[in-house]
Amino acid sequence: MAILKKEEAQALLKKVLGFSKADECEASLAGREGGNIRYARNAVSTAGDVSTLTLTVSATFGKRTGSTTINEFDDASLEKAVRRAEELAQLAPEDPEYMPLPGPQTFKESITYVPGTAAITPDTRAEAVAKSIQVSKEAKLEAAGFLENTTSFDALMNSKGLFAYNTDTDVIFSITTRNQAGTGSGYAARGYNDISKLDTHTATQIAASKANGSANAKAIEPGKYTVILEPVAAAYMMENMFRALDARNADEGRSFMSKPGGGNRLGEQLMDDKVTIYSDPFHPELPSATWNNNGEPQDKINWIEKGVVKNLSYSRYWAQQKGVKPVAPPGNIIMEGGNASLEELIKSTERGILVSRLWYIRMVDPQTLLLTGLTRDGTFYIENGVIKHPIKNFRFNESPVIMLNNVEALGKPERTISVESYRSYLIPPMKLRDFTFTSLSDAV
Amino acid sequence: MSLGAIMLPGSLLAGNIIDPAQALVDGMDVAVKKQLADIALAAARAKGATYADVRIGRYLNQFIITREKRVQGISNTESFGIGVRVIANGSWGFAASNRVTKEDIVKTAERAVAVAKANAKIMTEPVQLAPQKGYGDVNWKTPIEQNAFAIPVKDKVDLLLQVNNTALQGGANFVNSAILAVNEQKFFASTDGSYIDQDIHRLYPFFTVTKIDKASGKFETRRSLSSPVGMGYEYLTPSADSKVAGVVTRYKNRYDILEDIKHATDNVNQKIKAKSVEPGKYDLVLDPSHLWLTIHESVAHPTELDRVLGYEANYAGTSFLTLDKWKSKNFQFGSKLVNIVADKLQPGSLGAVGYDDEGVKCKEWDLIKDGVLVNYQAIRDQAHIIGLNESQGCCYAQSWEDVQFQRMPNVSLKPGATPLSVDNMIKNVEKGIYIIGDGSFSIDQQRYNFQFGGQLFYEIKDGKIAGMLKDVAYQANTQEFWNSCTAIADKSDYRLGGAFNDGKGQPGQSNAVSHGSATTRFNGVNVINTARKI
Repeated sequence: MAILKKEEAQALLKKVLGFSKADECEASLAGREGGNIRYARNAVSTAGDVSTLTLTVSATFGKRTGSTTINEFDDASLEKAVRRAEELAQLAPEDPEYMPLPGPQTFKESITYVPGTAAITPDTRAEAVAKSIQVSKEAKLEAAGFLENTTSFDALMNSKGLFAYNTDTDVIFSITTRNQAGTGSGYAARGYNDISKLDTHTATQIAASKANGSANAKAIEPGKYTVILEPVAAAYMMENMFRALDARNADEGRSFMSKPGGGNRLGEQLMDDKVTIYSDPFHPELPSATWNNNGEPQDKINWIEKGVVKNLSYSRYWAQQKGVKPVAPPGNIIMEGGNASLEELIKSTERGILVSRLWYIRMVDPQTLLLTGLTRDGTFYIENGVIKHPIKNFRFNESPVIMLNNVEALGKPERTISVESYRSYLIPPMKLRDFTFTSLSDAV
Repeated sequence: MSLGAIMLPGSLLAGNIIDPAQALVDGMDVAVKKQLADIALAAARAKGATYADVRIGRYLNQFIITREKRVQGISNTESFGIGVRVIANGSWGFAASNRVTKEDIVKTAERAVAVAKANAKIMTEPVQLAPQKGYGDVNWKTPIEQNAFAIPVKDKVDLLLQVNNTALQGGANFVNSAILAVNEQKFFASTDGSYIDQDIHRLYPFFTVTKIDKASGKFETRRSLSSPVGMGYEYLTPSADSKVAGVVTRYKNRYDILEDIKHATDNVNQKIKAKSVEPGKYDLVLDPSHLWLTIHESVAHPTELDRVLGYEANYAGTSFLTLDKWKSKNFQFGSKLVNIVADKLQPGSLGAVGYDDEGVKCKEWDLIKDGVLVNYQAIRDQAHIIGLNESQGCCYAQSWEDVQFQRMPNVSLKPGATPLSVDNMIKNVEKGIYIIGDGSFSIDQQRYNFQFGGQLFYEIKDGKIAGMLKDVAYQANTQEFWNSCTAIADKSDYRLGGAFNDGKGQPGQSNAVSHGSATTRFNGVNVINTARKI
C-alpha cells in the first residue's frame, strides 16, 4: 500500500529521524496511487496503473545540506538513506541562503480527501470513458479523451519537532470531440476531489455541442474585441500570473510586480476593482492542503483585493532579508466573480467573441506578462446578445494584467483545470473589452 | 503538446537521489538482463500474448544549478525498473515495476496481458504490427569522449561559478547557469528475437544573464547559445574549429561557455538600449540556433503520424498535413529549396541511437523533398497505414515505467547545395532582420499559425547589419512561410539545435530531439512589436 495512515507515517518518520546525527534533519514521505485511461478515435488507446511510495531525507551540518530518496523501507535501508544524506551534506558547498528548519506548528486538518475517489478501480474509469464514447458515437463525432485519478498522501517531520500530514484525492477528465470532416471541434475539461461530481456524459455532450456548433466557421478580421472567456480559457490565460506572485523576483526588478525605480507593487491598484484573487485551503469547491512542502502553514490570504496588490509570497530567506513575515506561495487560487451565468454574459453583449478554450500559451515578455496563444475548440461571434455563428480561430497577444484592467463583467466562478498543468482553479467566466487578436489561424 | 513551459522535463526529475559515485558503478550485467527479459517474454506468452517486448532501464541524471555566487542545487538521480508491453487478443497492454526479481517480472508481464485483454473488449480494430527481424545480441553506445558523470562535481560547480562571476564582472545584475547530464542505460528484448543493449549520453550546459534598468523598471535577458547534445563532457572543451564567427560567435560541436557568457553580457547591455522594432514585413535571416525551433514546431510536429491520425487530438492536437495531401504527391509544403530529412543517426544529435524502443534499427528518410510532402514519422503499428512494410524507428519512452509510442526523430533542413555564406546571403537583403537564438514560441493545434521570438535581433538595411533591435516576434502560416524560403546557406554553416523536453502524450512524456539547418532566408514575413505597458 502506497497510502500510509497518519499514525503509520508518523512512526516511520520518527524512526528515520532517530538515525540522524546531523545538526538538522528533515524527512518526508510521498505516496501516490492511481490510474489513467486514454482514448482516441472512439476507442481506448492506452491505460495504466501506478503506485509509488518515496522517502526523502535531508541532513544539514551548519549550512551544508545533502538529500537522498529511497523506496525501500526496511530498517537497514532507512538508516542507509540517512547516512547517505549526511555524507552528501559534508560534500556540499555552504548555502549562504540556508534557513534553519521551522519548529513545531499546528496545522488544521484539510478537507482534500474523498473516500469515494480513493475507491476508483480500472472498471470505474472504463465505465466513465464508455459513457463518453457513447455520446460521441451517437453524435457521429470522434472522441479523444483522458481520465486520471490520484490518491496521495504527504507527511513531513523534522528534528525540531515539526510534523505535518495530508491526504488528497483528485480526478481529472478532458474530452475533445471532432466531426468526421475535421471542420468542427469541441472540448470540455473537469477536475474534482470528489469523483461523484464527475459526469463524463454531460461533459462530452458539451464538447459535442461545441464540435457541431463550430463547424464551417467564418473568418473575421483580427483586432481588438470584447471577449467572453469561459473559465477553462480564463484559468489558462492567468496561470502564468499566478505563478509570478513572488516578492523576491519583483524586488530584484524582473517581474511584472517590479516597481520602476526599485521595490515591488504591493499596495498598488494594478487591476480593475472587480478583481479579487485569493487562496483558501478550506474553500468547499477547491480545498487544498493546509501546509506546503517547506512546512509552512497555508491560510486564507488575498493576493489581489478589488484590484489592489495585497500580498506577494516571501520565502523565509527573503522575508528575513526584508524584515517581514514569510508568506507561503498560493496553495490554490480562487477568483471572485458575480452571479451571472455564461448565457447571461452572452445576452448582455452587443458585439463580441465567445472563447471556449485557449491553446499553447507562452510568455512573450515577462516584464509585462505579455502572452501569446490561440483560441481553439469553439470560437463564436456574438451580436445583440446571441451567438450568430462560429468564427475561425485567432492568435492573441495579450497580458493578463492588461486584460484584468478591462473587465466588463464577471460571472459565477466554476471549478476548472488548466489545460497544460492540469491544476484546478476556481475562476469565473469573464467579459473583457479590447482583447487583442493579432492574426487568423486555419486550425480546427 | 510541445516544448514544456518549464525548463526541466518530468523525466529528468524522476528517480531516486544518489551519490555521484554511484552513477559510475556498472549497472546490471547484460547476461543477467537477458535472462530476466526471457522470463518476462515467456510469462507474457504463457498468458496468451502474441507479441511481447521488455525494457530493463537504468536512467541516470545529474543537475548542477547555480545563480550568481550560490549553488542552488546539486542532484544525482537513478531510476531502475522494467516495463513490459504485450499484444493479447489484438490489443496493446503495458505494465511496469521497479521490482526486478523473477517473481515480480512474471507478475508484471501477467499484468500487462491482463490490461491488453481488458482493452480488447472495447477494441475497434486489432493492432497490426509491421514485421521486424530479430537482431540477436547487439549493442550501441553514444560515441562519447568523456563521460560527464565521471567529471568531479567540484569541476562543474567551479566552471558555473566562473561563468556567473564573468557575467557579474561585466555588469549583469543576475545570472543563472546549469549543467544537466543524462545517461540512459537500456536493454530491450522482444519475442522477435532481439536483445539490444544501449548506453546513451546527453549533456546540456546553459545560462541566462539578466540586466535591469532600475529607473525604467525594464529588464532584458540573453540565454546561452549552447545546445543540448548527444555527447559527453567533451562538448564543453572549446575548439577554434567549432566556432562560427559573425555578429556574435556561435558554436558547432564544441561549446566555449566562458566566451559565450562574455558575449552574452555585452549583448544584454546592448539589448537594454536597442531600438524597438517597427512592425511590418521583413525578410528574415534565421540562424540555426533559432531556426531549429521553427523546424521543430512547424515541420517535425505536423509530420508525426499519430497526430495526423487523431491519436493526439485531446492534447497535442492533430495536423494540417492530412493523408490526402501526402497521397496527392504534389502538396507543396515549401519552396523547391526545402528538403527536410528525418533521422536518428546524426553524430552528436539528441535523437541518435542504434535502435528505437521497439527494437528497430535507426535510419534516415525524406519527409519533404524539393518542397513536396513525401513521408511521415511512423512506428511498427502505424507503418501499414502509409504503405510501409517496416517501421521508420521512431518509438521512444522516457523511462522504463512509461509505455513507448511514436516520438519525433531528429528532423532537419538540408543545407543549400550550392556554396553560399551567411555574409553573402545578408548582402542581398534590403530590409530584413537577422535572428539568433530561440525565444518565445507558440503554434496552433494543427500547426498552421505560429509566432516566434528570439534572443538577438539585428536590423538589416541595404545588405548591411544596421544595429540591434528588440521587442521582435514574427507570425506566419507554416505553408506560406516555408514557400517564402529563398536561400539556404551551404553545409559549412550547418549546425544542430534541440531540446530535452519535447512533450507529448497523456500522461505526458518528454523526448530529446535535435534539428539541424544552415542559416536560411525567408522573404516578406510579418513582424510584430511585443512591447507593452502595464
